[in-house]
Amino acid sequence: MKRLTSTAFVLIVLAGCNRPAKPPAPLAKAFGVAITEVSGGKQVGSIGAALDQPLVVQVNDAQGSAVAGALVELHTAGGAIAAPDAGMTGADGQLTSAITLGSSAGRYQIVATTRDKSGKPVELRLDEIALGCQQQQGRVLNDRYCSRCHDPESTPERVSNHDNLTAKPHAFAEGVVLNAMSDADLAAIIGYGGPALNKSPEMPPYGYTLSKADVDALIAYIRAVADPPDRLKGLTYARN
Amino acid sequence: MRQKIQKLWQFLFGDSARAFGTLSVILLICLAIAPAEDRFREWTRYQQKYLRLIRGRGEAATLQRRFQGGLQQIWMPELGVTDRCGTCHLGLKEASLWDVGTQPFRPHPPIPHSLTEFGCVICHRGQGVATGVEEAHRSTLAWEQPILPARYLEASCGQCHWNTLTGTPQLNLGRQLLTRYDCVSCHVLKTPEGQGLEATTHAPPLTHIAEKTSREWVFAWLKNPQAYAITATMPNLQLTDADARDISAFLMSSGAGSQPARASQPRSSSDAAADAASGASVYGESFCASCHANVNAAGMLVGGDLGPELTRVGSKVKPEWLAEWLRNPKTYDPETAMPHYRFDQKQLGPLRAFIEAKTDSDFLANVHLEPATPEQVAHGKALVTERGCASCHEINGIKKPTSFAPELTVVGSESLMKIVFAPGVAHTLPDYLQAKIRQPHAFPSAKMPQYTFTQGQVDALVTALLAQTERARTLPDSLRVAGKRESNYRPASKAGQLMADMNCFSCHAINGRGGNMAPDLTWEGSSVQRRWLVSFMKNPNTLRPALIRRMPRFNVTDAEAETIADYILTVYQTPDFDRDALDPAKFSAADIELGKQLFYSKYACQSCHIVDPQNDKGYIGPTLTQVGARLNAAWIFHWLKDPQGLRPGTLEPNRNMSDADARALTAFLMKRNKEVARK
Repeated sequence: MKRLTSTAFVLIVLAGCNRPAKPPAPLAKAFGVAITEVSGGKQVGSIGAALDQPLVVQVNDAQGSAVAGALVELHTAGGAIAAPDAGMTGADGQLTSAITLGSSAGRYQIVATTRDKSGKPVELRLDEIALGCQQQQGRVLNDRYCSRCHDPESTPERVSNHDNLTAKPHAFAEGVVLNAMSDADLAAIIGYGGPALNKSPEMPPYGYTLSKADVDALIAYIRAVADPPDRLKGLTYARN
Repeated sequence: MRQKIQKLWQFLFGDSARAFGTLSVILLICLAIAPAEDRFREWTRYQQKYLRLIRGRGEAATLQRRFQGGLQQIWMPELGVTDRCGTCHLGLKEASLWDVGTQPFRPHPPIPHSLTEFGCVICHRGQGVATGVEEAHRSTLAWEQPILPARYLEASCGQCHWNTLTGTPQLNLGRQLLTRYDCVSCHVLKTPEGQGLEATTHAPPLTHIAEKTSREWVFAWLKNPQAYAITATMPNLQLTDADARDISAFLMSSGAGSQPARASQPRSSSDAAADAASGASVYGESFCASCHANVNAAGMLVGGDLGPELTRVGSKVKPEWLAEWLRNPKTYDPETAMPHYRFDQKQLGPLRAFIEAKTDSDFLANVHLEPATPEQVAHGKALVTERGCASCHEINGIKKPTSFAPELTVVGSESLMKIVFAPGVAHTLPDYLQAKIRQPHAFPSAKMPQYTFTQGQVDALVTALLAQTERARTLPDSLRVAGKRESNYRPASKAGQLMADMNCFSCHAINGRGGNMAPDLTWEGSSVQRRWLVSFMKNPNTLRPALIRRMPRFNVTDAEAETIADYILTVYQTPDFDRDALDPAKFSAADIELGKQLFYSKYACQSCHIVDPQNDKGYIGPTLTQVGARLNAAWIFHWLKDPQGLRPGTLEPNRNMSDADARALTAFLMKRNKEVARK
């Protein structure tokens, strides 16, 4: 009898301690077989801040047309927040979510998941990039000194000089090329110009204009935005 | 039982020797508790966890050697810093732990200061002396300073730095917005030196508003400024129709002005249409878009933000006012940033027709106002006083209010106890500031109007406000980096008057005063040749093809152009060298040939400059096809040696050029002196 009472007591206490359960996820009305990114991936923002553009993903069926009413869940790590982090796709088959980055610099992976009819999860992995203090400084310097030649795109406010050059400069996101270069090589080419590495003199030396800290900041920025990400230096996925 | 106790008592305290021994043991145990207690503190768990973490790593021996157990403290009494964060944050200085994802062991990312120079709380806030996780990071009843969220971290830089830092774009934007959106016209916001920030926008004076526009427009504008122009910096005062009616009545009666409206010449509508078409080219040639934005046919906002947006200006201004304004804007507003263009009659008519045609019939469609009664005017005046309109605008009969809104000098240290939070706002200072800027009306008794800011702009503003801390005021003076303050330089004489009339300073800076749209002219006198300068003043040609903002033509007379040129050449000379020190006639053919080779091969100047229009393509720097007729040889030489020395912040990199190379390049460039035939 005594043992029974104490067991009951323990059970009651345990039940009392149990946290209120999360509201159950809404039930999907429809199912797709694929999930794709519409926009909002690979954005560059600053640590802890909301990204400029929302993340938009779309659920498609086997024919590739949009599926409305499919349940999409967004899983984030490292302190990044997706709001909302789950929801039904709208009439256009899309779910829009605002992303806030975590508080340390690096790449944040967002996993968008939907389930097909059999309940098998279909995943889409997206990267967002958070710049810390040093990379942020590099980004400002890039906008001022580098992007006119290294960014082939022109904007209404800034005409690109990329096409006027004989040796075409590499965009800073060109990870395939730039990840293979060491920090010392990048510092040499920024500081002493293209000829320092037997490359074109069209890349002038900036070592007499920028400080060493500036050059380091530029390298940190180049590493941060590399695509594919730089395995060694590239601020791997921020995780928990 | 009782016997047992008695027996124990006897055993322990039976005689004096036993009692002494027992008490000593008890005392010893009590003394041991204090050090033992430390074994169970929260931070010891983290230190043990850290030791486990580093044990498995390749560089374990090094990390082990550098590990220091026990409480770690940084103490800097002169800064008011007592930080024990390093007790748990053990990997801060260990760059090799870059792949560690979990706090508190992540290494600190690289920053411009050393980690021990200022401690942690100066930048991150929180309670430095606390050794518990909760107490150190979050606000508690005893300590109300929580950790500063990462998105506002740049605020901490702003405590010492009033200069514009490269690495703090958000703080810089926030400070710019505080002055651009006139926040500092109502709120006092002082730098640590005690100087108040001043608005950079010049809110238009309303003393003659009735000459400029109609009461209907004032009404519609007051109701929703952003409906007229999406770029309007004027906030929405969220007025009722009756209040807007009364304020517009008062402003029109107080701003009736003394000048009689000029009668405009009647024009036929076909003339106007033809004029509007050719006016578009006058608008383009005069580079009006350098300062004025416009929503184009594709719905894109194009143009600068120095002047007001002109998308619907035809619905606003009176034709006779516009004619007078285009003729000479200084008549209406002597303080305006708009230059006196000296348009001739052939330009004025079409330009005026073009601007008048920028109407939006919807904007005023539903505004019907009865003539104002004296009561409405009186009520309007009371409202204008109450809403603090005169903080930004000059209004007849109303003085600029002082301390109209709370001072913001130390708003970044505002005690949470003193803040009245609106419902639904998280109880932290950044969240309060966010909510206050986004929805001022959610707060009781708020006079603050509704601004239209993007999320990025609000973040920037909150960052700038969070920099205004009590600590910033009490830091040692030696740590403070003062910002650049605009000088009050005014050029003298006839040329000075002309430069003021044409508002050269709206775009160019000279001696620390002026805008940054165009090159700094402080040393221009050493740079250019007189013949070129006079002809450029009369008809500015394109120097930098990649820029969309260019020097407009001001229709100056020969005499005016010469007056300004002579003044610039005499007064704006650098003390560093004599502009005539290098005689281009003395360069040899060999010099010139060497210079050409250096230009094209060693320095690859053609990447950014065009010397030979047939082959060169680079258009980042100025075109150099006629540079020998434009610049002095000595200037080119010194520029090549150190561009930033002559014009700080210029884009051309310093090439660390030898004197011989710079001389040869100068020789080559001075040979590019064929002037095109010009009238």
